[in-house]
Amino acid sequence: MNTQLQTSESQGNTQPAPNREDTQRREQPFVVPPVDVFENESGITLLADLPGVSRDRLGVRVDGENLVIEATAQTPQPQDMQLIYGEAQYPSYRRQFTLSRELDASRIEASLKDGVLKLSIPKLEEAKPRRVEVRVG
Amino acid sequence: MNASFRPAADMFSELNRLQDVLDQVFRPAERSSIRGLSGASFPVINVGATPDAIEVMALAPGLDPGALQLTVDRGLLIIAGERKSEVPEPGDATSVYAQERFSGNFRRVVSLPDDADPGKVDANYRDGILRVTVAKRESSKPRRIEVS
Repeated sequence: MNTQLQTSESQGNTQPAPNREDTQRREQPFVVPPVDVFENESGITLLADLPGVSRDRLGVRVDGENLVIEATAQTPQPQDMQLIYGEAQYPSYRRQFTLSRELDASRIEASLKDGVLKLSIPKLEEAKPRRVEVRVG
Repeated sequence: MNASFRPAADMFSELNRLQDVLDQVFRPAERSSIRGLSGASFPVINVGATPDAIEVMALAPGLDPGALQLTVDRGLLIIAGERKSEVPEPGDATSVYAQERFSGNFRRVVSLPDDADPGKVDANYRDGILRVTVAKRESSKPRRIEVS
């Protein structure tokens, strides 16, 4: 089976021109969170690392056939802290996926625990694999 | 692939991620410091200082805080533990499309400055960020000296 969730960033020129609001948002630097994606008979599960993100700072939306994950991390650092060494630089996360038609975007379940987002994207009932009985006769 | 907290924008994000994979395979042998903190490791770490303390923040999502090993030994702060993969084994019914999140044992070492007090360490874990506060010794804190 083909990859049903593909990152839209890789599609380059085939993407429609982003509107103005999109362009403005994209000028802000952001981190592309690493994900695990796997599929079984009932649907697709997506896990994304979003450290520092609480529930109220996470946005998961379905826009047409695109699934967009946007989040902002809240770093617990004191105001008077001076950064000595920093690997983590931007507190914004963003990643986008293209959903295929047999996935049921209206029944996506999302949970967030310890900075890990888990999305369960079920398949439409008619798209689930069925066993076809073969009658001998 | 390690969980990296890396800037990426626009069309270059995919290329950056690919570069990260290549870095994993062809990791350069040379290091600037004997304990050089390489960029692509888990967890990603920020270190800062306030007048009172050293703050270490490790972006370590999805861990059981009880299983984290945190030690301070001779000026080194060591964060170690294991993150188990949540991806099932591919089989007849399961296909895996992406496995970018770090899994396995990890260990990161931070050299603490001389004025850190290993006896006063405080750590908490929230929303996948481990925050370790190491107090500075009293004698090293800035003091105002009265001129008589």
